Amino acid sequence: MARRLPRKDVVIVGLGWTGSILALELARTGLNVVAIERGPWRDTAADFNIGTAPDELRYGVRHEMFLRPRQETMTMRNNSSQTALPIRKWGSFLPGNGVGGAGMHWNGQTWRFLPDDFRIRSHMTERYGEGILPEGNHIQDWPVSYDELEPFYDQFERCLGVSGKAGNLKGAIQAGGNRFEGARANEYPTPPMKQGYSQELFMKAASGMGLHPFPRPSANLSSAYTNQYGCSMAPCTYCGFCERFGCANSSKSSPQTCVLPALVREPTFEARTECEVMKVNLTGDGKMATGVTYVDANGEEWEQPADLVLVCAFSIFNVRLLLLSGIGKPYDAAKDEGVVGRNYAYQTGSGSTAFFEDAKFNPFAAAGSLGCALDDYNSDNFDHGPHGFVGGASITNAYTNGRPIMYHPTPKGTPTWGSAWKKAVHETYQRVTSVGAQGSVMSYRANYIDLDPTYKDPLGRPLMRITFDYQENERKMANFMAERCEEIAKAMGAKTATINRLNGPWSVIPYQTTHNTGGTVMGSDPTTSVLNRYLQSWDVPNVFVTGASAFPQNAGYNPTGTVGALTYWALDAILNKYLKSPGALVQK
Amino acid sequence: MSSIVKQIATLRPRYLLALALLAMPSAALADSDNYVDVARGKALVTAGDCVACHTAPGGTPFAGGLALQTPFGAIMTPNITPDNATGIGSWSADDFARAMHEGKRPGGTRLYPAFPYTYYTKVTRADSDAIFAYLRSLDPVSNTVNRNTLPFPFNIRSSMSAWNALFFTPGVFKPDPNKSEEFNRGAYLVEGLGHCGACHTPLNAFGANKSDKYLQGGQVDNWTAPNITNDARAGLGKWSVDDVVQYLKVGQARGVIASGPMKDVVENSTSKMSDADLKAMAVYLKERGATGSPAPSPVSADDGRMKVGEAIYVDTCSACHVRNGSGIEHVFPKLAGATIVAQDDPTSLIRIIIAGGRGAATDQRPTGPAMPSLGFRLNDEQIAAVVTYVRNSFGNAASPVTADAVKAVRGNVTGAAD
Repeated sequence: MARRLPRKDVVIVGLGWTGSILALELARTGLNVVAIERGPWRDTAADFNIGTAPDELRYGVRHEMFLRPRQETMTMRNNSSQTALPIRKWGSFLPGNGVGGAGMHWNGQTWRFLPDDFRIRSHMTERYGEGILPEGNHIQDWPVSYDELEPFYDQFERCLGVSGKAGNLKGAIQAGGNRFEGARANEYPTPPMKQGYSQELFMKAASGMGLHPFPRPSANLSSAYTNQYGCSMAPCTYCGFCERFGCANSSKSSPQTCVLPALVREPTFEARTECEVMKVNLTGDGKMATGVTYVDANGEEWEQPADLVLVCAFSIFNVRLLLLSGIGKPYDAAKDEGVVGRNYAYQTGSGSTAFFEDAKFNPFAAAGSLGCALDDYNSDNFDHGPHGFVGGASITNAYTNGRPIMYHPTPKGTPTWGSAWKKAVHETYQRVTSVGAQGSVMSYRANYIDLDPTYKDPLGRPLMRITFDYQENERKMANFMAERCEEIAKAMGAKTATINRLNGPWSVIPYQTTHNTGGTVMGSDPTTSVLNRYLQSWDVPNVFVTGASAFPQNAGYNPTGTVGALTYWALDAILNKYLKSPGALVQK
Repeated sequence: MSSIVKQIATLRPRYLLALALLAMPSAALADSDNYVDVARGKALVTAGDCVACHTAPGGTPFAGGLALQTPFGAIMTPNITPDNATGIGSWSADDFARAMHEGKRPGGTRLYPAFPYTYYTKVTRADSDAIFAYLRSLDPVSNTVNRNTLPFPFNIRSSMSAWNALFFTPGVFKPDPNKSEEFNRGAYLVEGLGHCGACHTPLNAFGANKSDKYLQGGQVDNWTAPNITNDARAGLGKWSVDDVVQYLKVGQARGVIASGPMKDVVENSTSKMSDADLKAMAVYLKERGATGSPAPSPVSADDGRMKVGEAIYVDTCSACHVRNGSGIEHVFPKLAGATIVAQDDPTSLIRIIIAGGRGAATDQRPTGPAMPSLGFRLNDEQIAAVVTYVRNSFGNAASPVTADAVKAVRGNVTGAAD
């Protein structure tokens, strides 16, 4: 039986980017805020010593920063006809664990989605007719526009100090930036990172092809920066230990560098780590949340009453918590009814690997967000008519790292061990680069999350079950992009360029991307969304849910920029609307 | 909520008890139920940083129990909450003033100068009463502290009368009529409650501050407390009054960041003091004079130790402190021209490489950056070389450091025999 604790104004589930920003901003208004985080406390000073932080075996291979599958895993299958089995070793994506969450182990690529992405269904239908939309799709417009989110993208970018070059300032196209981006009110907080030789070749080749490359926006900062909370960061040293690692140089934007130093000073804030939230508690009629129940590190159960519950866990874990708590109607794929778990989506990866005769790319001088990109094939920046698919990709030439254990590209046909392999690694390491396409994934009736009927976690709760596969639309799109990447790779001067297509079913084994989206999507219609336009639950108005689980479908970008913008957008609604008059902010 | 409102909120519940205490014969002369007195007392307790010594690690503030390391042994700090049995609940304001001014407990037992009565003697009676009034407003905490931890012969408290005769000049602060009010206010704070000299002045064999080396730098708990006279080389000579104020207020200025015991002083004390008092202290420190040792000539860049040190610096230090020692503002301290680098005593530089450290975190500068400990991968010779390099590069000049000096500091801070 859970022991009841004194009431708090706000309880936050998960202390990553969204939880820490909301905690800070709400604590500063005088509200009593408690954040409950299932992983350990981590901070730069105590946990990321420069002498031990770049330990590839510990962090990169053995997944120190990540959830242990025995804590929680999920089952997966490619379609409803299969029996889902549990993931016992992370592969396709890497769920974080602990304070900072995915915002701590990420690479730092911080994009804004394009204006068309937010009204993709309307836009595509208007331009191409209904027929362009793929079969079985659940594609839906976002309930918020780019223009509405713009000031909140700006706030998030200033929190992180994002390094980049504007391509569209208040409608005026800027040289050197992304000409396709939505109009920005302000330049990026810090200038773009220094690019390497490979990016130089990419910029030249792509420009020569009539494309529009630019240095991609990065949360590995190009220069020293102090944000609106007084938190200070140092310039990136291009050590190439970003994703899977904590940054010892205070150069990678994270809750640790950008928010927590200010948050821990707030007298009305409290964090409880190594505490796992079991469920959000509801009143008898299920119309209001009364707080949460959690289990601490000693296995003791506690009830934390609160007036406002902010569900800020990593994307897919938000979905599971809502399912376990009975908030919103679970999605039933057979009937195509219900909302929680609906519209799970992911990201495509395809591209080209380029082998050069005589080059020295120095991949060890890298950073998680170092690189140049182009958006000529993203969203609806090109004519989709002849291609018969919806969506697009950002195409990038980048080195996130050249680390010794896991980075050793070799040409196709090279043995995977032995002296021939060693020779190939030695010859290839400096002479290989890649052009990659990170693409959108639309939402479909066939792709969803529900609770697994068989498998349970150590606390006895059902695991979540992911039913997902790439659909024909995504394969077509990704393979179109792979061909574009190959063209660019060849134009860069590659001796050989191999093409990496998206074929076969989605597999959980190789790492692809931790950009899991959907499941608690935001929308204008309560029959097809879990959250209203302010990330507020349609059914339980004192519950808000942040993160990429709110995306109606995924765009051709990394999600964090949009996750952050939505957080500030929801915060604005909580501060200026909800706290003044608690209740539903949008009527059903 | 503004800080003053917070203070009222935290003080209010104590008024009732304070009123009850007033009815007792030993009650304070200063009004414990007078908000103005109590608030003023709180500000003075902040300026004196009483909480730093009178709180055990993880303990209740002011309940005592911290082991203060002195050359003569550890002294446990007493409980100064108003608990009758274990704190100062039964003390009168007169008793408190006698402790502050004369270093004596009620009944006449002598205190050790680890309690800096040699400085607090300068505090006015009105301020002493206000401090007492504030301490009376705290929740009484029952915490018995062993007050007799010093070994023989230092445990004979009466021996302090001879010590006092040699090293203690009692008497309330006397302003200098030829100086500005601001200077005198600063002098009152620095020489009295602030007891800056307790750390920033070297000790003699009897544990007394060397009066002829006042504020020229000392050592506390294996940290160097730098020269804070107006000396141009090692002191505050190149700092403006605003620089000093900034440093005390936010924990950093001129590219350097407070660490070690000064981090605690900034976080607990100076960052919470009024701007006017900080400026007064800065004016006093800048105007009271410059003294320090003469500049040594820098160790030649051709010296073998410098070459080894440079290689280590480039490999291990330069990613943060930058190749030219400029550091990164607000995150990584500047080494070029930093006064801590120029001190005769290199202890802080050695220990921070061995054991690491945190910078001060304040409301304006909350980051509190960290220096990682590198003692696990740099040996004594290597640390000696890199410290020598830093002390003699980027325009710096200071004495070279030996591996033996590093070994001694390593032993002190890690307990390692070698």
